[in-house]
Amino acid sequence: MLTLSCPYCGVQCDETELAAGGEAHLKRYGPESSPEEFESYLFVRENPKGVHLERWRHAHGCGKWFHAARCTMTLEVFGTYPAQTLAPPQELVEKILAKRPGWTWREFGQSDMEGAQA
Amino acid sequence: MRRFSAFAIAREAARYHTGWERHWRSPEPKKKYDVIIVGAGGHGLATAWHLGKHYGITNVAIIEKGWLGGGNTGRNTTIIRSNYLQDPSAAIYEKSRSLYETMSQDLNYNVMFSPRGVIMLAQTHHEVRGYKRTAHANALQGVTTEWIEPARVKELCPIMNIDGPRYPVLGGLWQARGGTARHDAVAWGYARACSDMGMDIIQKCEVTNVRTEAGRVVGVDTTKGAIDCDKLGMVVAGHASHLAEMAGFRLPMESVALQALVSEPIKPCMDIVVMANTVHGYLSQSDKGEMVIGGGTDGFNNYTQRGSFHHVEETVRALNETFPILSRLKMLRQWGGIVDVTGDRSPILSKTPVEGVFVNCGWGTGGFKAIPGSGFAMAELMAKGASPLTDEFSMYRFREGKFIDESVAAGVAH
Repeated sequence: MLTLSCPYCGVQCDETELAAGGEAHLKRYGPESSPEEFESYLFVRENPKGVHLERWRHAHGCGKWFHAARCTMTLEVFGTYPAQTLAPPQELVEKILAKRPGWTWREFGQSDMEGAQA
Repeated sequence: MRRFSAFAIAREAARYHTGWERHWRSPEPKKKYDVIIVGAGGHGLATAWHLGKHYGITNVAIIEKGWLGGGNTGRNTTIIRSNYLQDPSAAIYEKSRSLYETMSQDLNYNVMFSPRGVIMLAQTHHEVRGYKRTAHANALQGVTTEWIEPARVKELCPIMNIDGPRYPVLGGLWQARGGTARHDAVAWGYARACSDMGMDIIQKCEVTNVRTEAGRVVGVDTTKGAIDCDKLGMVVAGHASHLAEMAGFRLPMESVALQALVSEPIKPCMDIVVMANTVHGYLSQSDKGEMVIGGGTDGFNNYTQRGSFHHVEETVRALNETFPILSRLKMLRQWGGIVDVTGDRSPILSKTPVEGVFVNCGWGTGGFKAIPGSGFAMAELMAKGASPLTDEFSMYRFREGKFIDESVAAGVAH
């Protein structure tokens, strides 16, 4: 059973306590955006075979949203982090890259991610 | 290829079954094919077979990274029905259901199609309204379904408890011509017929790259070397995003694990298929006597082909009320498959941004029923560049807002 650590209340929760919320760090396009932009926000997904950045809600716990980095092939969890961010913390990215060299996410590559954190 | 017949059985019985042939060849790949189909599951093989049968295109390779029919084709609960709400869905699923009726004759291979009837149970008032609406829509689409009352449900399926306090049976949507077929035989039958037409089925050969020149596909790199082609069909279900990435585009879909399980074999007790969508449980009895149960999907992206145990628990717990007979049964096996779910829960049969590359995916939790219809339509799309059955299923429908919304209409667990 999948176990994630809630970054707010610190509880090790199993998946029956949690609600999966899909891909994280989507760019949320608003009014005046093009059909392609809405499509990329609402429907197109990274769906990687590998490390996936995703949203979870500690539904039967503190009720808060958080993010997790989890491998979709092995279910290995690289870490969780609070939702109030546009990119994962640098140490988490390094942890992922140490095990999965060349890993990238959406339009921002490794260097952009470093920039977002800086 | 020797044909199967009653005479062949008698002939082989008389000589200790020494004369049966291999069903398909296992050749090494050639340098170039007119068409490469990636994925030797039901949909891929059906596409290849229809290309050969209707369009005379037989210089075809079907490439499979694992073994033939080893993905979702060999992992589903074999339910065949066509009671969908939206017109484009009804058209392709009904075409598919009708092709199942003649598949054993068409392929000279017994796929054990059993039109035993399918009930979709209504266990909430919302479902009652939804299925009545679907019955009316089906009447207009020429798909024979009917709304039936609880007493008729009980008559069709006596082992069912229709008075459950939590999940009472309030009626059902009955499709008498739905049913089941032997899932492996569908893949094997198509594979044998494709091989007989001269097509190469190349197993244990993984595609590692899609080669393009000036926006047009020229071939693929595989673990058995580079193979050139004029047209490429991607028919790889849950792994479509991965393959699309190699070709340089993204798809509006996500992959999740869907589970199924079977019980120990028992004497015949149920001769129809029952779908209880409120509790995410699908039940039928196989010819061996096992109760075949389909469960729900995981909520998160997943390529593990296992699925979470608590979904099994939830499915069986809920089914126990409606089918008390299940409570004493031991479950023998549980497994998972990776299903490709799109935003509107309808498939994608489409041209792509890369010329010569066609994609067939997104069948989600219900692809088995669609195998022959999907192959028929995909072959027409690949041969002619358009097909009336696939027009609405373009991958661009999401940006155009032309959804074929079956997420509620089909009433199935997603």
